[in-house]
Amino acid sequence: MPLLDARAVQGGYGGMNILNGVDMAIEADEIGVIVGPNGAGKSTMLKAIFGLLNVTGGDIFLHGKPIQNLAPNRLVELGMGFVPQEHNVFPSLTVKENLEMGAFLKPSSSRRMLARIYEFFPPLYEKRHQPAGELSGGQRQMVAMGRALMAEPKLLLLDEPTAGLSPKYMNEIFDRVKEINGAGVGVLMVEQNARQALAIADRGFVLAAGQNRFTDTGQALLADPDVARSFLGG
Amino acid sequence: MNELVFFINNVVIAGSVTGSIYAIGAVGITLVFSIMRFAHFAHADMMTFGAFMVLLLTTLFPQAGQAIGVPTAIVMLPLAIVLTALLAVIIDRTFYRPLRAHGVKPIVMVIASLGVTLILQGLIRLFAGTGGQSLYVDDRKEIFRLALPIEGVRMPVVITEPQLYLFALTILAVIGLHFFLSRTRLGKAMRAMSDNPDLARASGINTNMIVAVTWMLVGGLAAIAGTLLAMDVTFKPDLSFHILLPIFAAAIVGGVGQPFGAIAGGFVVGFAETLAVFNWSVLLRPFRDNLPTWLELPGNLAFVGTEYKIVVPFFILVAILVWRPTGIFKGKVI
Amino acid sequence: MNNQNLHRREAADTTTGTFPIRELIMLTVVVAAVGAVFLFMGPAYSTRMMVEASCYAILALGLTIQWGYAGQFNAGVMGFVALGGFSAMTFTVPVNEAFWDSDLPGQLGVALLWIVAAVVVVIGASRLDRIGVPKRLRTLITVILGIVLYMVAISHFRGVADQIEDQVEFIGGLGLPVWVGWIVGGALAGGIGYFIGNICLGLRSDYLAIATLGIAEIIKAFLKNADWLTRGTATVSPLPWPVPGPAELGFTLARASYLAITAVMILVFFLLLQRAYNAPWGRMIRAIRDNEVSSAAMGKDINHRRLQIFVLGCILMGIGGAALGSFNSIFDPQGFLPLNHTFLVLVMVILGGPGNNFGTILGAVAVYIIWVMSEPLALYVMDLAANFGHSSLGWDIPRNLESRALQARVLVIGLLITIVLRVAPKGLLPEKVRHHN
Repeated sequence: MPLLDARAVQGGYGGMNILNGVDMAIEADEIGVIVGPNGAGKSTMLKAIFGLLNVTGGDIFLHGKPIQNLAPNRLVELGMGFVPQEHNVFPSLTVKENLEMGAFLKPSSSRRMLARIYEFFPPLYEKRHQPAGELSGGQRQMVAMGRALMAEPKLLLLDEPTAGLSPKYMNEIFDRVKEINGAGVGVLMVEQNARQALAIADRGFVLAAGQNRFTDTGQALLADPDVARSFLGG
Repeated sequence: MNELVFFINNVVIAGSVTGSIYAIGAVGITLVFSIMRFAHFAHADMMTFGAFMVLLLTTLFPQAGQAIGVPTAIVMLPLAIVLTALLAVIIDRTFYRPLRAHGVKPIVMVIASLGVTLILQGLIRLFAGTGGQSLYVDDRKEIFRLALPIEGVRMPVVITEPQLYLFALTILAVIGLHFFLSRTRLGKAMRAMSDNPDLARASGINTNMIVAVTWMLVGGLAAIAGTLLAMDVTFKPDLSFHILLPIFAAAIVGGVGQPFGAIAGGFVVGFAETLAVFNWSVLLRPFRDNLPTWLELPGNLAFVGTEYKIVVPFFILVAILVWRPTGIFKGKVI
Repeated sequence: MNNQNLHRREAADTTTGTFPIRELIMLTVVVAAVGAVFLFMGPAYSTRMMVEASCYAILALGLTIQWGYAGQFNAGVMGFVALGGFSAMTFTVPVNEAFWDSDLPGQLGVALLWIVAAVVVVIGASRLDRIGVPKRLRTLITVILGIVLYMVAISHFRGVADQIEDQVEFIGGLGLPVWVGWIVGGALAGGIGYFIGNICLGLRSDYLAIATLGIAEIIKAFLKNADWLTRGTATVSPLPWPVPGPAELGFTLARASYLAITAVMILVFFLLLQRAYNAPWGRMIRAIRDNEVSSAAMGKDINHRRLQIFVLGCILMGIGGAALGSFNSIFDPQGFLPLNHTFLVLVMVILGGPGNNFGTILGAVAVYIIWVMSEPLALYVMDLAANFGHSSLGWDIPRNLESRALQARVLVIGLLITIVLRVAPKGLLPEKVRHHN
């Protein structure tokens, strides 16, 4: 049974459909990467899965359980974590408090998970008493990912985690994503750096105009001349 | 030295009293603002409602306090806190939540809160009448006169029992609030929701619960402020409506959405008010004989008469809006 | 599919446009209610009610353009009403010969000159940095000078004001025609509106509500305590009417002729506002209300327009307040209450339909009838409840039922606000948004 199975998903904002029937499925230990041109509906798909916009058609299953249009806090309970692209930390809370908010539904495991996150992102331990709003972009992204991981999700949704980061941090984030996946967490992420992202992807989804254009393994998509010509800039 | 005592009585003590009440009131305003993002005009009448609950309970059991030697009103306060917290949650469920669900503009919420203000005021007037009533039903309001051990000082420092309770409860409320917001899971979640409601939802925080907790806190604080105000003066249906402007000014001075800023703002506004109506001529009187003869000291050297006290918070409000809209503690920019 | 919906909605708009069924129903209901009041309470009572309702309709028109046309929420209608009432009083009541014959006008003039001089000096001090004085020193000088001069000027002024109160009660009126007082009332309210709008219109609308609430209380405090100017709590009466009074025509006829004047005023304001609404100016105002950012991007001077409409609304409130003050024929600063003069007007507007002038006028009449009638109704209900409680439950009947029934109005207005927001958030006659194809 796939971890996430989305079939013919439709949805959008204010009666305007952005997603016109998108299929997407990943297994429990896979990294899925969504790429495509601007306005293709990549982030919208992620938000649709996480219940942040109204799904008007299709089905979404998590471990075979229908989850479309559930409230985000229910989805967190069911094992989903979401890191938005922007505004993804609580600026006036300290790093430690930010992380604790991630474990809001599981206060008992908070202390244990905190130690693991500090181990995973060492810079966060040093800055744990600083307000998150004072951190650099890369460190904020770590806080945001750490916050989502605190709830021990089975599936982590990342919306452009490397946007606006320097190459050094970008590589760091991709390494971390691989490690997270190595620890048994399924990852579904939207990325602008399509080549780098597909290189680590078990499964790649190329979206255009709210529909699937190509779906294959990451390596196969990278090797496909059609994909390269249309979506990877030659 | 008598002038100094006069200053202590009329500025230090009076300012602390007003400041404490404004501070507790402003915290409620600022909490609603940070979680629900609208100016809650019905806060003042929630205060009055809390005081009214105490009045009701005190009238029913006037002897309750004597057994343990505190005013009955203080004994009844915890119960009134619970009742007002409940009222706040009910008001939210009946009037505000449906509007919130429709995603209305904040100003529509403001209008709804004006409607709630009138409903509360109407109910209180219907049941309590319009006259003033003391919260000291069977108790006596103790007045302490502390003579200073300095030669030539005849005037005592005067402080009343409710004022002492007010100071004690203000300190307790501030400490309790600090503990709640920085140490407890719910308090941190409240701050998180104030920072970024969408991310709070995405973190699994049940925002409906946070809203309910906020209203309980707001209702409880309103009951404390209203009761202490009514104990210091007397209970009237329009007890707190008149301090709506000062507590808004205090919340904005402190930076909207900043609970501790609101406390500071409350004292700033409270002391500004007392200093503005204080008759400075009294302090200059000892030097009267040394002044040159052409400078005649007028009898009244107050900046504004007591009847114009309301002008002070207004000008503080306008000054802050013009020069520093985020307040002294960098609140939300609106 | 979306396009179809849009077309259908437009089609619905045009049908209601040609056949105003809602308007007709509401008009019928209001007229019937007025008729019922005439039937039960008699013509003298009803004409009085209608004159008051018409004055409130002018206030409501002022608020409906601020709130409905421009989205500005003014919670201080009372202050502008009070300014109008003050102006109607001070320009129309007879000249106080005792004051003008004494040397007090001269003294008052000197005291006012002192204040002007103090202001000039302080403003001058605040510009000292232009001749090379360091900024910190300039600020210090300005603040100290400001405090000292304020004290000197104000205590001098207090002395003169006390003398006026002791010797001649107050400075009296100017004995001018009533319409002068009404026009100046509008101008005065507009001036204060300009001051407040300049500060607050750029901020979020909550702040405007708080600030206007405050300014209204300040205006009331000033009028109540400036005994030398208004006699304060001693009140001034009678104020002259623009038409022959009840003494000459009898109550009903005198009030009816007053009503004729206010009705003509409403008609004129209504026609002017309708024209303005459909003119390019009105379209621009609505564009700003609906989408500030894109209007700014199109190069419209937003703050200037917003200020215009706010001041215009305040002027209407001033005129309405003046008309109301003259009709009551007494100037009592304590009689200005947020409930009667702010929230009542607010309910009229949100019930009638913000931005819909016709709806607002009907709403004003309807709400005023509810307002006036809620007291006897509440008394009736309370009597019933008290008697029932007395006979079957053995309660004691509370003594002051009448005064408590009066307070039921507060409750009624509060309930009306919340119910309308829930049931008909755009009012009974919503603003008609026209699509320009």
